[in-house]
Amino acid sequence: MWNASTEAYRSRIALRSGRTQGNVPERLHHLLAIEPLTAEQINFLLDEAKPFQEFQRYPLKKLATLRGKTAALAFFEPSTRTRISFATAAARLGADTMNLQAESSSLKKGESLLDTVRTLDAMKPDCIVMRHSSSGAADFVASRLDIPVINAGDGMHEHPTQGLLDALTIRDRRGSLDGLRITIIGDILHSRVARSNLQLLGKFGCQFTLCGPAMWVPREFECGGRRVRRTSRIADALDGADVVIVLRVQQERLHEPALPLNEYILLYQLTPERLRMARPDAIVLHPGPMIRGLEIDPAVADGPQSCILEQVTNGLAVRMALLFLLIGTGSESDQPKGSTHAAD
Amino acid sequence: MLRIKNGRVIDPASSTDAILDVWVEGERISRVAPAPSGDAASDIAGGARIETVDAAGLCVAPGFIDLHCHLREPGFESSETIETGTRAAARGGFTAVCPMPNTRPVNDSASVTRGILERAAKASTRVWPIGAASAGSKGEALAEIAAMQQAGIVAVSDDGKPIATTKLLRQVMDYCRALDLPVIDHCEDASLFAGAVMREGRQSVRLGLRGMPAATESIAVCRDVQIAELSDCRLHIAHLSARASLELVRAAKHKGLRVTCEVTPHHFTLCDEDVVYDTRFKMNPPLASTEDCAALIEGLADGTVDAIATDHAPHEPASKDVEFDRAPFGVTGFETALALALELVHAGKLSLTRLVELFTTGPARVLGRARRVAVGEPADLTLFSTERAWTFRASESASKSRNSPFDGREFRGAPVATIVAGRIVYRREI
Amino acid sequence: MAVLEKKQLMSATEIDRTLQRLAHEIVEKSGGTANLALIGIRRRGVPLAQRIAKAMRGIDGVDVPVGTLDITLYRDDLSKVAQHPVVHSSEIPFVVDDKDLILVDDVLFTGRTIRAAMNGLFDQGRPKRIRLAVLIERGHRELPIEASFVGRHVQTSSREIIEVRLSEVDNQERVMLVERVD
Repeated sequence: MWNASTEAYRSRIALRSGRTQGNVPERLHHLLAIEPLTAEQINFLLDEAKPFQEFQRYPLKKLATLRGKTAALAFFEPSTRTRISFATAAARLGADTMNLQAESSSLKKGESLLDTVRTLDAMKPDCIVMRHSSSGAADFVASRLDIPVINAGDGMHEHPTQGLLDALTIRDRRGSLDGLRITIIGDILHSRVARSNLQLLGKFGCQFTLCGPAMWVPREFECGGRRVRRTSRIADALDGADVVIVLRVQQERLHEPALPLNEYILLYQLTPERLRMARPDAIVLHPGPMIRGLEIDPAVADGPQSCILEQVTNGLAVRMALLFLLIGTGSESDQPKGSTHAAD
Repeated sequence: MLRIKNGRVIDPASSTDAILDVWVEGERISRVAPAPSGDAASDIAGGARIETVDAAGLCVAPGFIDLHCHLREPGFESSETIETGTRAAARGGFTAVCPMPNTRPVNDSASVTRGILERAAKASTRVWPIGAASAGSKGEALAEIAAMQQAGIVAVSDDGKPIATTKLLRQVMDYCRALDLPVIDHCEDASLFAGAVMREGRQSVRLGLRGMPAATESIAVCRDVQIAELSDCRLHIAHLSARASLELVRAAKHKGLRVTCEVTPHHFTLCDEDVVYDTRFKMNPPLASTEDCAALIEGLADGTVDAIATDHAPHEPASKDVEFDRAPFGVTGFETALALALELVHAGKLSLTRLVELFTTGPARVLGRARRVAVGEPADLTLFSTERAWTFRASESASKSRNSPFDGREFRGAPVATIVAGRIVYRREI
Repeated sequence: MAVLEKKQLMSATEIDRTLQRLAHEIVEKSGGTANLALIGIRRRGVPLAQRIAKAMRGIDGVDVPVGTLDITLYRDDLSKVAQHPVVHSSEIPFVVDDKDLILVDDVLFTGRTIRAAMNGLFDQGRPKRIRLAVLIERGHRELPIEASFVGRHVQTSSREIIEVRLSEVDNQERVMLVERVD
């Protein structure tokens, strides 16, 4: 009962958390790279994506959560899959999109990245999803704009949403990310996907084997406190692997003499015979688009160990979760209201 | 008459390191001696008006020479002009600068050289231009080197680029040997360099930026040294950055070849691990590994390196405010060079005398000149403090450009006064 | 936030009795339970729905399916939320179309949660009917929403907060009236 005496009053004053349960990590403003994220933040993002996986099965795939919000999709490098994935994610959340595509862009007319992005910004989108051929481009833009920037791939640096969707796929199939043996095959040097994978899975104590022609697997990947080893022999690389990530072969590279494709197929194509050298429950991932018969045998791509299609669905879930988190809620300057009936 | 009194005169040529007065009459040094007592000063002046500079607590050195810089005029005046560049150089303690020929038009003929010298007449420092080795620096035909020499160049180079082919290099060297002109080469293997924006290593892999290995430079140094031996011509390696290159120079010197080299302050201060997505850290040759940096410092101390040169490369702010890949290479350097070299002195890695050599007699020798604090010599003097605390702010630089990786850095030691031909062209505000 | 506990509104026994009574009421007023289904609104509506379903099984063996609904994505106040909200999956193991649904929540206050819940339900299909069952109804409606089945009506001021604690979620079992203290 209410008691007016000071001591009794004080003893009844209790501090309640005005927020939700669980460990909600510090709010993200941008998603530029995996490198600065903690394992805790990554787990939160993956957990947050799970309901959006369910959502892809609903009969009516349309929420009003981001109604009235706009995501600017600024793709300075051609991309079909990632762009469609982000556009669909936005649309299913009820958001609108602004679309900039490299081929038809003002960049061809000599406009700088900064001016292009500032022009977009003047139309007041709620965030920019950006893909660009220069490493550090997302960082460059984020340091000059106030709105959230999501890096959809910057040069050879990182592709954080790919890293997240790969992790979600692996976690769903294998139960956990901890301590897995990961083999990555292909042109690691030029791959932003490989870098994001290394950064993310490295935070969960995974061990890595990087496999490819020596010129594409530089020694420097072995530094940085992660357990990484290199080999140019695929049999060596697959032995004992839990997860096999196959990278696509980028056939033209500026300033580089090309590797004959038949050589690559001979030495590095992932065939069913080679896959058998991995653990029996090993899974195969590919960031796409894949070239059947080049880096991957069609039997493997379509086989039971392949997670390629799940990766696509998970990509949608991860991107929906990200858009929701970055633009669905108020900014840091807003007062947290908290629900008026005790937490949720 | 100018009297610089009570300064610690450091003159490497005469091995002097003592508290002395230096007197200047007109454009020449008229007296170097211990301070006179009482009224003796006015006696020495013989009734003429004396302007006195109190150099107590300061070092007085021969005027600093910068063997390698870019003044951008003619053609790129939005980034720098001879006037603004030399003003920045004077603030850095430099009394003479050697601008590279990659202007527009390229300094490959006597008329361009004369044009530069005309504009330099009003500059804050002496300007000793370097002429192009090949016409337009295109790497095909020889430039009008003899005509340029008569007009006033002090060396040749195709800097910005390496001298394009081994054959051309040999022709240039054979030709310059007869003219007794040094050939300065920007050593770089074109195919290893192509597309790269920083040093290949852990950091380039982490940032996803294309890297070039140290061999990009040292392979070209190896080539150049062999051709220098073949032609018996003076070869100077520009902005040397790798240990492997240094070892080649050391071996060449040991062999008695006339090979010299310079190192920039950013190369002995920063390394590739310092690079981030900030174009103020993008230059060519790029910041090297920590081992290279340590080797360069050793080379500065042991005499393998002949000179500190800034490679001052201004770029107007808008051109550098782009993605790392797209930004032009280059950082400014006039105003921070001495302070960065003093960091090595304060850390015990370099002696003060050696520092003075690297800014004075070293570069002078590369050009075949002398640099002395002695009676009859031109009155080019650099006065500096080894203790003055200050912070470098790019926004306050006299240069038109702001691209310095040292913006905001706190220093201990600074240039205090710069005297060119007897005139004080820069004086630090107290 | 700091709160002052003012009084206990319901004990564990009282909660249990109320839920039993609600279960009976729902069965009685539903004219046939064949099409009936319960949907608990996360978080505390879920154990309440499960307990009501269990109580219903005790009444003539009536077996009613239970689903859970997370309303985070349907809230109308997201722009005021500064921290990252935790989104959970909704799990509705039956087809919503033509179902006679009972939404279950712990407290009915402004009605906004129920509005969001209905939006969520309509994304799943077209129910035949939706009614609302709550443990506590406390006035201060901001939308035209009413509960068909109420455990207890409580008069409150807007400074007051109803805290429901259920053993499945909180390791204690009671309903408290507390007041916000600045």
